[in-house]
Amino acid sequence: MKQKFSVITSTCVPLPLENVDTDQIIPARFLKATDKAGFGDNLFHDWRYNEDGSLKKDFVLNNPVYGGCILVAGKNFGSGSSREHAAWAIAGYGFRVVISSFFADIHKNNELNNFVLPVVVTDSFLQELFASIADNPKTEVEVDLPNQTVLNKATGRSEKFEINSYKKHCLMNGLDDIDYLLQNKDKIEAWERLNK
Amino acid sequence: MNTLFDKIWDKHVVQAIADGPTQLYIDRLYCHEVTSPQAFDGLRKRGLKCFRPQQIFCMPDHNTPTHDQDKPIEDPVSRKQVDALAVNAREFGLTHYSMMSQDNGIIHVVGPEKGLSLPGMTIVCGDSHTSTHGAVGAIAFGIGTSEVEMVLASQCILQQKPKSMRITIDGKLGTGVTAKDVALYLMSKLTTSGATGYFVEYSGQVVRDMSMEGRLTLCNLSIEMGARGGFVAPDDTTFEYIKGRQFAPKGDDWEKAVAYWRTLKSGDDAVFDKELVFDAADIEPMITYGTNPGMGMGITSAIPKLSDIDDSGRASFAKSLDYMGFKPGERLLGHDVDYVFLGACTNGRIEDFRAFASIVEGRKKADGIVAWLVPGSWAVERQIREEGIDKVLHESGFEIRQPGCSACLAMNDDKVPAGKYAVSTSNRNFEGRQGPGSRTILASPLVAAAAAVTGKITDPRILMQ
Repeated sequence: MKQKFSVITSTCVPLPLENVDTDQIIPARFLKATDKAGFGDNLFHDWRYNEDGSLKKDFVLNNPVYGGCILVAGKNFGSGSSREHAAWAIAGYGFRVVISSFFADIHKNNELNNFVLPVVVTDSFLQELFASIADNPKTEVEVDLPNQTVLNKATGRSEKFEINSYKKHCLMNGLDDIDYLLQNKDKIEAWERLNK
Repeated sequence: MNTLFDKIWDKHVVQAIADGPTQLYIDRLYCHEVTSPQAFDGLRKRGLKCFRPQQIFCMPDHNTPTHDQDKPIEDPVSRKQVDALAVNAREFGLTHYSMMSQDNGIIHVVGPEKGLSLPGMTIVCGDSHTSTHGAVGAIAFGIGTSEVEMVLASQCILQQKPKSMRITIDGKLGTGVTAKDVALYLMSKLTTSGATGYFVEYSGQVVRDMSMEGRLTLCNLSIEMGARGGFVAPDDTTFEYIKGRQFAPKGDDWEKAVAYWRTLKSGDDAVFDKELVFDAADIEPMITYGTNPGMGMGITSAIPKLSDIDDSGRASFAKSLDYMGFKPGERLLGHDVDYVFLGACTNGRIEDFRAFASIVEGRKKADGIVAWLVPGSWAVERQIREEGIDKVLHESGFEIRQPGCSACLAMNDDKVPAGKYAVSTSNRNFEGRQGPGSRTILASPLVAAAAAVTGKITDPRILMQ
């Protein structure tokens, strides 16, 4: 999953629903695997497939008009369960960026820890982007991590987005938090001597 | 500033990374079978051992069947995941309460009842309902599997410090109004994202008057408002609950611990990023009508009308009611119910079984109702029998199942069929949460009991007269 992140330009998949919880991203009955592979196949499973396994034609992932590695979702994306399987499903399906006006905390961390970039935009940017995509499904968005900007190429509107410089460094260099923590064992032991 | 949250958090800071997260020391890590196997695999790939194995406790709970636990799990995929936890715990030298052990149960029920979760601690688990443990006066929060791996490897986690919020509930709760109703009421006011980015301290007379069981229920549901966690400053109720438990400090250590725990409170001059105050008199028994826990209302109220909902939320609201088979403006009192579920880390404790029994005593389970009564742990199950609650329940036509998460998320066989209505004491009414197509109405054990004996959504206060 570790991959270096820089500038991504892509068409988008729109999901203009609010409060999309992680049970919808990946239902609990698909959490039984003991590795990280294959979750992309069950991303949004119950919205995506009928009971007999056939595709639900009206769901956006099944509409060939939409594609790309950027998911655009309504506010409060990823609420509920802490299951990292949701981030594995999003990454496994091939998304590298999720744009929303608001993310639930745990899921946001889970995306970052799997090299999927959550981009928080203003509500008006989000609504305009949904309108652009509805108008032209080939609308492209450019996400520039080094400069922390997100650009709707259909309207030319651009916004800065927030990410702390530590996490930005990790994403741009393909490093994870464990790499960092393992370098700091002396500090951990010092804390223990002081506090136990 | 000078909040209890600051005091506990700041004490556990190993270092702060410039323009980055804090490296926070973790006193206690709990692992269940669903969110840990990939973390253990990660350790193996990196050739690492657990840094502080004695601070880590493991137990399966999500996949466990609620009957015939002495036999192998029928579902081979569930069995493999449960077995993997046992193998990992053995390989890495961790305490493991296996499915057949009398110590087993839902991790958020077992932790406090064994005295493993103590005031002033930092506690994490790969499970969003880790917020439950905040009831003892700890900073407890759910994490992802990558973060579980961090704690296994270093007993630390990298986290941004959340903002602080104090929710004060003044007054006295009315008859039939429980901690669960308080939580559902708060969610209905704050929505599922109203506390995102915050850690919540619960205070006020209602919280002071609450038993530990009630506080565990309240803190359990903090995540459903979006909060990373919620806690209650420890007091005599807390100390009374902890004293004598298996892992609680003993003798002189106990006196020292209590002396320290008494210092764990927000200063009179504490400044919170956000303060909210509510009045107990405004809270009645609650039910949910939609597909997130923030879509709740008083049991005698009506579902909002479409015109009450913001433009941007209308599509989600309509989708939600369509899924539930309800109409905007509808009242739900008297609506037929098919299933009743008592249990989960939210309401699977002894007090919840006492409450349920108080309503069904002298009455019979309604025809056609399927009721799953699932204790949160074997210790709860033993106490149910010791108090004779099992006899009351049996006489009313109910059976008690074996402990686990069960129908809360239906990873085992306890699935509510598509289209059926379940009144559940669990924590989430998301689409498909209790089985594909299931329709969940969240409520307290009293409301669940009232539904179980009448077959309909019923105000429990009528049965309490």
